[in-house]
Amino acid sequence: MLLKTGGVFFLLSGWAIVLAALALLRSAAQGGFVAAGLAVELGGLGMLVRAHMAPRARGR
Amino acid sequence: MNGGASDFSAAAAAVVSLCILLAPLALTGLAIANAGLGRSRSASHAMLSALCVIGIASLAWFVCGFALQGYPGRPAHSLAAAGAQWNWIAAEPLFFGALPLDGSPAALAAWLQIFSVGLAALIPLGAGADRWRLGAACVSTALLAGWTYPLFAHWVWGGGWLAQLGAQHGLGRGFQDPGGASSIQAVGGLTALAVAWIVGPRRGKFSAEGTAAIPGHNAVLVAFGALLALPGWIGINAAGSMLFAGAVPGALPLVAINTTLAAGMGALAAAAMTRVRFGRPDASLCANGWFGALAASSGCCLFVAPAAAALIGLVAGALVAYSVELLDLRLGVDDPGGSISQHAVGGIWGLLAGGLFARAAWAPAGQFLAQLAGIATLLGFVLPVSYGLNLLLNRVYAQRVSAEGEWQGLDLYELGAGAYPEFVIHREDFPQR
Repeated sequence: MLLKTGGVFFLLSGWAIVLAALALLRSAAQGGFVAAGLAVELGGLGMLVRAHMAPRARGR
Repeated sequence: MNGGASDFSAAAAAVVSLCILLAPLALTGLAIANAGLGRSRSASHAMLSALCVIGIASLAWFVCGFALQGYPGRPAHSLAAAGAQWNWIAAEPLFFGALPLDGSPAALAAWLQIFSVGLAALIPLGAGADRWRLGAACVSTALLAGWTYPLFAHWVWGGGWLAQLGAQHGLGRGFQDPGGASSIQAVGGLTALAVAWIVGPRRGKFSAEGTAAIPGHNAVLVAFGALLALPGWIGINAAGSMLFAGAVPGALPLVAINTTLAAGMGALAAAAMTRVRFGRPDASLCANGWFGALAASSGCCLFVAPAAAALIGLVAGALVAYSVELLDLRLGVDDPGGSISQHAVGGIWGLLAGGLFARAAWAPAGQFLAQLAGIATLLGFVLPVSYGLNLLLNRVYAQRVSAEGEWQGLDLYELGAGAYPEFVIHREDFPQR
């Protein structure tokens, strides 16, 4: 449950970073922050994947 | 705002109408392919689910979808923040209340969307095949077509903040998606991922011995569905290019050539990849590659040269074939139709490729960043929302069929009759009394 909640939180946080970069930055840093936001989202996706793999591994 | 849509000539409206008439073939092809990739004991259920889901999707979109999605230049709500306007949702009445159903671009867009939302809703059916209850699929579709799809589609196609990233934030022409790689394909594909996680794998798919291969029951249906989907995809890509990206009718040959080239290269890449890995080309993975490349073409068909479209299709086919294997063998996601790989992976690749390979006129400074912002919104907003909504639905209405139902097959359990009663008999299809 913690992994699932964390994964969703990371996905939303990554999106918030991207939105903040679009709204507040106007330079090369914008690209870096958008990439960072995407990286946070990928971390969240990885956590969700792990969360849904775990019960299956226990069931084997 | 995506320009060029407001000054439509009657000839342009006629061309768009002809393209929209092709769109149902994409739905038909995908429904047939999904049925073929599932088991024979659930084939009838798969086709009935497709009919019901298309009906529910069009109804939900008619009731409230257009009210949330709107069309560029029509009423919408905006927030002012950080010196820019963030157009986040349309302000239309329910039931097409203020939409004149004539030959205007908004009316043509609404017509196209009735099919597009059905296509998006069909995608999760492939991931939930053989264990997703019909009722649950219908309710989940209502949530997708009545909320998630129109909200995101407003941002991309309704003059929303993603479309205005160019005008408001100087990012190229804003997020561009002429054929729906994001709003149709990736939204459907990410919802498919949420559904696959929530309903879990089919009985016997993952065990102590490893991962069982459960092949589709009819490769001919799969290939036929893939072929049938091509003209439908050309229709959607062409109509979308004119309605949402300001293409003129003269650009449609390029759109059709790019879509066809990408699809062919996608199938060839999957064939080559499976030939190298398994010793023989795999028919269902080739169809997955074909569909994945079609999804990718939707994101860039208008912006790239034919050679680039062929390369994009080639990469899409290889990516999709690899992704199907990765999800199945490494990540424990049971997706019988390959929907997640085809539509989410293929669609997102198409959006990226649109930023990478666009011809100079379509790629002003900042365009790639605008495409990245759209992809970030898919992963950071659409996926959690779809996952959350389906999780909530699962709490009040179990989405997965009972163990007995899965063992018996959804045809007999939910419909009371099999798809092939006279020539395909499985002993385990019938409960032992």
